[in-house]
Amino acid sequence: MALLEVENLQTHFRTPDGGVNRAVDGLSFSVEAGETVAIVGESGCGKSVTSMSILRLIPEPPGQLAGAIRFQGKDLLKLSEREMRAIRGNDISMIFQEPMTSLNPVLSIGQQIGEALRLHQGLSKQEAEAKAVEMLTLVGIPAPAKRVREYPHQLSGGMRQRVMIAIALACNPKLLIADEPTTALDVTIQAQILDLMRDLKHRVGAAIVLITHDLGVVAEVAERVIVMYAGRKVEEAKVAELFRSPKHPYTQGLLGAVPKLGSSLDNETERLAEIPGLVPSLKEKIQGCVFASRCPKMTELCREVPPALEEKAPHHVAACHYAEREAIAA
Amino acid sequence: MSTSMTSHSARHGTPPLLEVNDLKKHFPIRGGFFGNTTGYVYAVDGVSFHINKGETLSLVGESGCGKSTVGKALLRLFAPTSGQVVLDGRRIDDLSQGQLRPIRRRVGVVFQDPFSSLNPRMRVKDLLAEPIRNYGLAKNGAELDERLAKLMDLVRLPRDAVSRWPHEFSGGQRQRICIARALAGEPDLIICDEAVSALDVSVKAQIVNLLQDLQRQLGLAMLFISHDLAIVEHMTHRVAVMYLGKIVEVAPRRSLFGAPKHPYTEALLSAVPVPEPGAARKRIVLTGDVPSPINPPTGCRFHTRCPYAFDRCKTDVPELQQTQPGQWAACHLHDLPEARNPLSRSLPAAA
Repeated sequence: MALLEVENLQTHFRTPDGGVNRAVDGLSFSVEAGETVAIVGESGCGKSVTSMSILRLIPEPPGQLAGAIRFQGKDLLKLSEREMRAIRGNDISMIFQEPMTSLNPVLSIGQQIGEALRLHQGLSKQEAEAKAVEMLTLVGIPAPAKRVREYPHQLSGGMRQRVMIAIALACNPKLLIADEPTTALDVTIQAQILDLMRDLKHRVGAAIVLITHDLGVVAEVAERVIVMYAGRKVEEAKVAELFRSPKHPYTQGLLGAVPKLGSSLDNETERLAEIPGLVPSLKEKIQGCVFASRCPKMTELCREVPPALEEKAPHHVAACHYAEREAIAA
Repeated sequence: MSTSMTSHSARHGTPPLLEVNDLKKHFPIRGGFFGNTTGYVYAVDGVSFHINKGETLSLVGESGCGKSTVGKALLRLFAPTSGQVVLDGRRIDDLSQGQLRPIRRRVGVVFQDPFSSLNPRMRVKDLLAEPIRNYGLAKNGAELDERLAKLMDLVRLPRDAVSRWPHEFSGGQRQRICIARALAGEPDLIICDEAVSALDVSVKAQIVNLLQDLQRQLGLAMLFISHDLAIVEHMTHRVAVMYLGKIVEVAPRRSLFGAPKHPYTEALLSAVPVPEPGAARKRIVLTGDVPSPINPPTGCRFHTRCPYAFDRCKTDVPELQQTQPGQWAACHLHDLPEARNPLSRSLPAAA
């Protein structure tokens, strides 16, 4: 049994004008224990809404969740709020993008790390602080015994993100959801945090769901990748396989649109591949393929029939009518 | 440094379009009961570079290194503390706002966030007409309409989009409007301050291609301020790397990305995640954070994080010195014998 199984998740939002925004529309995926799965896509593709849905952080209404999210066999969508609270920060925890706004400015670092420990593991104040110092040491913050009494404003951006990781890992979660954990950071600090996450993954053994738009980060950290577009999964594969032979035209477009470091050494500047047009509105039900309006291979079939997710190569699925035919022809 | 870098026009036949000599911008910190100045933020502390006509110079570095401050000081969005800015042979840093006005049209600017840099209460045509009227580039309504249509064609938006409001456009389209506005005064130089950083991958590629096409079409010079090194490598001619208010390395694109001559450049390049799983690369992870520009380290400002630092780095400030033709680096390592210099390797031959 997989650690986390998301089945046909639909997260819809009612809009003030009476319409429905289909932010996530029929998403299924699973995460094995100890595995790192990346969800990539552009703004508005539903990747963050997916992570919020797993932790049931979507306010209902206006949100509406359907489908199933099974964590260790238990459907999270059927739990009461009280039961859910026992899971958040304990079995499943989350790192957010913006370390400035996701820490409480009026509580010390130690109090914020200790909160989860006191709630979930019933530690006393002293025990929680001792454990907080231990966690700060784990995430590589110098002088942890001093830092534990400091406040978020006294720390730099990279340090704050380390504190966020310490909070998330305090209760030894089985699943860690990292929503754009390094997007707000500078490259040298991003390198530090990515190294830290890789290192901690081996030591703590938690499964990670990494939400990001940065294909470079995906290539460095993830084992398996899910590509989302307009609320749906369009492709899923092992990381090496996806970068070597992307099957879906959207994935191919994404990979072509990113310049690679070192390009000036190989060749003279060539143009970046553009994906023409815009992401479709999620307010109308899309009849056929979600990518049809921007796809270079679009035909009548794509406009009318939504392509099913099919295995195009071993453990490599894509939702495209034409990906397979090409593979056979080639 | 300034003597060697200022003599650019003497060394080359054609003078550069823009020359910046020893630019400094120190922001006072006010504190205490009477609001006295208690210190300074040394945001930009002696920066010199030049941009030739039709050339792209990229200014890269991490947050707080002063790269945006350089751009804003060039635009005179605030007055520089000291230093010279020479545009096309004429000093512009000491002009009054009135004298500066006709010169402003020669320098356009595109900012990072297309959502906050367009006035939501102005139609696209008013946004674009403002600079055209300001600089007296259209005598009557017909001429104005003609210019508007030309601008929309340049940035590849439909001509009828001029009568719409900014909120009707997506992020990428808004950035096109910002570019059109920057082009309205027919500038020689465009300053792009993180102009593509807030955009999604597929839209970013569209805007990068547009900027490159415009540069070729109009012969524009560009100062491209960015932290995204892969984009910079893709579209620049030369690169200047900044750290804590100083330029630590300037070089043509291939030299900088192929054989960096400053330890900070080397570390910065190695830290960029590359979209190739399993790529074998040596990564230099810098420890610690960027020190505060209020109280920068003595000697070389990078010595607190530099993996190669030795005693001299703590006391002597390194000057920019030429290590290869066109490649300048401020590092004491280049005074050492070659065998002891970890950055002595030369550029690999072109493939």
